Amino acid sequence: MILRELSELPGVSGDEHRVRARLWEAVRDRVDGGRVDALGNLITWKGADRPGPKVMIAAHMDEIGLMITRIDKDGLLRFRKVGGIDDRVLAAKAVRVGPDGIPGVIGLKPIHLLKDNEAKKAVSHEELYIDIGAASKEEAERVVRPGMYATFATAFGELGDGLVKGKAFDDRAGCALLVELLALDFPFPVYGVFTVQEEIGLRGARVAAYDVAPGLALVLEGTTCADTPGTDPHGQSTLLGHGPAITVMDATHIPARPLVDGLVAAAESAGIPWQWKRTTFGGTDAGSIHLTRAGVPAATVSVPCRYIHSPCAFMSLRDFENTRRLVAAFLEDVPRVAERLAQGSA
Amino acid sequence: MPALYADVDRVEQLIRQLAAAYGPSGHEEPVRALLSAHVAPLADEITVDRLGNLIARIRGQGGPQARRVMLAAHMDEIGLIVTHIDDKGFLRFAPVGGLGPATLLGQRVVFADGTVGVIGAEKLEDVKDLKMERLFIDIGAGSRAAAAQRVQVGSMAVFAQEVAGSGSRLTGKALDDRSGCAVLVEVMHHLRAAAPPHEVYCVFSVQEEVGLRGARTAAYAIAPDMALAVDVTPSGDTPQGEKLNVALGGGTAIKVKDRSLISHPKVRQLLVDTAAEAGIPYQMEVLPYGGTDAGAIHLTKSGVPAGALSIPARYLHTPGEMVDLGDVAATVDLLVAVLKGPLPEMPA
Repeated sequence: MILRELSELPGVSGDEHRVRARLWEAVRDRVDGGRVDALGNLITWKGADRPGPKVMIAAHMDEIGLMITRIDKDGLLRFRKVGGIDDRVLAAKAVRVGPDGIPGVIGLKPIHLLKDNEAKKAVSHEELYIDIGAASKEEAERVVRPGMYATFATAFGELGDGLVKGKAFDDRAGCALLVELLALDFPFPVYGVFTVQEEIGLRGARVAAYDVAPGLALVLEGTTCADTPGTDPHGQSTLLGHGPAITVMDATHIPARPLVDGLVAAAESAGIPWQWKRTTFGGTDAGSIHLTRAGVPAATVSVPCRYIHSPCAFMSLRDFENTRRLVAAFLEDVPRVAERLAQGSA
Repeated sequence: MPALYADVDRVEQLIRQLAAAYGPSGHEEPVRALLSAHVAPLADEITVDRLGNLIARIRGQGGPQARRVMLAAHMDEIGLIVTHIDDKGFLRFAPVGGLGPATLLGQRVVFADGTVGVIGAEKLEDVKDLKMERLFIDIGAGSRAAAAQRVQVGSMAVFAQEVAGSGSRLTGKALDDRSGCAVLVEVMHHLRAAAPPHEVYCVFSVQEEVGLRGARTAAYAIAPDMALAVDVTPSGDTPQGEKLNVALGGGTAIKVKDRSLISHPKVRQLLVDTAAEAGIPYQMEVLPYGGTDAGAIHLTKSGVPAGALSIPARYLHTPGEMVDLGDVAATVDLLVAVLKGPLPEMPA
């Protein structure tokens, strides 16, 4: 399963090259061509000279993670967060540091030594450090330099009834979906774009969309799934196992209605379970793409991922497969969707 | 003071008509349809781009001094988007644009199909617990199924509030920025009567309230030499109000800065000089927050000299927004006066 490999590869924003290499290997025989742009996006295409709207399908390669900023004299590594991470998930987690994947642990005081109120407070990431077992600054510097990235050291695994666990499903799930979708043939031009630096501001997609200049765009994501205790039903952004989630609005984008309607119609007519995403926080590459050049109609489809942006998320393989089926069904309908888009602006 | 150019009755009628229309961000179709009908006889060409911006072009006389000028006013208004329908048919929602819970409690709202709802709250122990996620819309449906016949997740609602007149002032929903849209249409009447030297693109933009989005793509397509946004700005003249220089009835407000834009100095000077020369009442607007379409436009391609004229307004983003028709007329007058004459070389 390519998802396993993609999940376990390190690829924090700005350091996506290993993921990119693996993806290129996976899709090179499925596409007509590909190139890597100046920011590191992998842009692939098939049927570029076919008639019809240029369809861009995007998934981001980068994941949230940490960057080493300083090495203390006792050999401990100080770090900053790259992308949105809740400080509370950091303490005591195993990580891998730098290109060689040096094992480390995010350290904190043991419970025996805590002062009165310390146990009741989350520890800020600024007070945490990564311990790689080095006894001194000099020893640590032999293998680590400031600027190196660290990722959570989480093994991919299967559990429960058709669930998988692992890191970076946001958005390696989208990447794996795109790999599968690029095996299909389309009567119109399709650009499969694996983007960089989504987690720190939808950056790669912006320049990739400028380059591709698509007629419409679809973004494949791993999204929040808050179906866990303590969340009101209307705060549960998506439900695990209930199918792909279709976005009606987030902080960066209001999807084009003909695309949303097309996605719903495709799901309904193919009998694919689907759900609305119930919250409007966050953003996806669609936020950048739709504002490119003179505007691009865009939409986002997501696979629900419980415990997203943490060391270990859960995803349902049935949701994954249903998302693939939904997007494939939608793509069959693209000529009609394009017609409705054209009517909308007549 | 009588208006130089503006037909104040005509503008007032148009503001009332436009403000009554439904048009939250991303769903501006009804407003666009109304505006299309008004501008079709006034423009040389009208187009709708892929995000839904309505772009009306006036060719102008041309000649060596002709420039390509973009005017922008946004069609969209703030609103609510349904995120969840519960078993009993109550609708949970998120804001579309800048809206706070205190403004919403007890308000009547309306959906695109005319479905009316009222905003209720869960039982709160303390008014401080009044949070968006504790509010809901009640459309009188008894069940999820009954609600789903009229409203879906993704459906948007806006305030249900007609515009009312009170002396020289209008109050109602969506004066932000339908009053700006009406200004642009009124300007087009005068440009149609006496063609300006410049090629003028009047852009009725989408999705301003959620991040200046439509103006960005429209500006890319037009690539103007100069751009002016026409929007509203908060006034500082109410009891214990904010310390802002702008007052209702004090004339059109020439923007110096907000959080999205520092007006191009030559554009600003052109507006000030023209207003002073023509005797058009104006005031300077320095806004420490907020943004307008000019913020997105001026960063397009290799940069666009841009500024903004603002209509002073009270109670923004509530159902009771208030503007003064004299300020609206002054905004029309200044735009017409500026477009009649030559424009400075920029940035030289």
